[in-house]
Amino acid sequence: MAVNMLAFVDRSSPIHRLSGATKFLCFIMWSLAGMLTYDTRVLLFMLVASLIIFTVSKIKVKEVSFVLLFIFLFLLLNDIAIFIFSPLEGVKIYGTKHVLFHIAGQYDVTVEQLFYELNITLKYFSIIPAALLFIKTTNPSEFASSLNRIGVSYRVAFAVAIALRYIPDIQRDFQTIAHAQQARGIDMSRKETIFKRAKNALAIVLPLIFSSLERIETISNVMDLRGFGKHKKRTWYSARPFKKSDYIALITVVALFTVSMLVTFYDGSRFYNPFV
Amino acid sequence: MGKNQLSTKTIVAIGIGAAVFVILGRFVSIPTGIPNTTVETAYAFLALMALLFGPIVGGLIGLIGHALKDAIFYGTPWWSWVIVSALVGFLFGLASRKINLDEGQFGAKQMVSFNIIQVIAQAIGWFFIAPMLDILIYAEPANKVFVQGIVAGVSNMVTVGVLGTLLVAAYAKTRTKSGSLRVEK
Repeated sequence: MAVNMLAFVDRSSPIHRLSGATKFLCFIMWSLAGMLTYDTRVLLFMLVASLIIFTVSKIKVKEVSFVLLFIFLFLLLNDIAIFIFSPLEGVKIYGTKHVLFHIAGQYDVTVEQLFYELNITLKYFSIIPAALLFIKTTNPSEFASSLNRIGVSYRVAFAVAIALRYIPDIQRDFQTIAHAQQARGIDMSRKETIFKRAKNALAIVLPLIFSSLERIETISNVMDLRGFGKHKKRTWYSARPFKKSDYIALITVVALFTVSMLVTFYDGSRFYNPFV
Repeated sequence: MGKNQLSTKTIVAIGIGAAVFVILGRFVSIPTGIPNTTVETAYAFLALMALLFGPIVGGLIGLIGHALKDAIFYGTPWWSWVIVSALVGFLFGLASRKINLDEGQFGAKQMVSFNIIQVIAQAIGWFFIAPMLDILIYAEPANKVFVQGIVAGVSNMVTVGVLGTLLVAAYAKTRTKSGSLRVEK
């Protein structure tokens, strides 16, 4: 069972050389800006800027294409669903109505609706490259140390580190159990009815959960024996000191964030309205 | 260990719990045939962990698990639903005060109170908070996000109600009941 998942790939690029804390803060600010604004100009700028950074980072499109395919499909379905549920949402938001053509009943295709749906799609698109950048260029163990640096308690940061560390192990456990149960004739595929499948899922989920609960005991005993949690602070093997480039990146993103908020909200509405 | 600090076991429970949440969310969600609706076994597991370790662990497993699952497999976290997972996990955990799972107590009475709490928790999360956040962040049409929230909420309620209850009962059976020893005469 080959499963595609996004993981850190070590390459040498200016983005890789930034510290994890910088990248995390930039990613959070970028997401916030993308979530708050509905201004087409800001969104377009964010999309172009993140695509440029994406090329700088030397990530290959091939490595992320399976995710992109999924996202395109999701957004397409989402846009269709929005139109089915509320064909005149754009008219409500922008206050004008330019009908392109009529389909049936209340289903008019309007310029406003198309523009509104373009904006929703842009909103997702402007964040996706930043998220992919963050996942592909940040070393997981450095990520935990950077969470600690920006103020998250080191205990919670360590929990995140444990989660990242054990996802592959638990995936392997899951596959072993699933194969063992399939050998016993427990079918999880489409051929079974939904109820049968739910019942069969339990045959895989139960052993997986019980073995994981045992794992919790083992790991926490080991950590206790090694004196985890004795001190108020801890150091991180993979922590990196802030360099000049980190400060430059942070200041740039803070400035961009502020400008995008100003451009978005200076007229009192988060929507950019080209119709009036 | 200070009172405000998380114990080592709690931290490991959050970490491993989040990892299991990721795997279950990715591999063991069964499509029901209704578009975009799946039986999410991950939430049944979230309920068990929250009952065992309390609201903080439940909330953090929901938060970290859902954010990581979205990031690793789908490229970007859907923050509005991630927040709801955290909230639902936290609310599930409130039931841990009523149910002492470590001592094997999970009879009819506990099952009923567990299910009342899970239905209320998920109603708040999926019927109200998730659609509200979608409207606030993405300005999506109200009727669309409420339909989505209700469909997801009902399917998760059924999942936690059936699979979750079975899971918790199976766990309780492995524990020795307190007061189960009798003096032989």
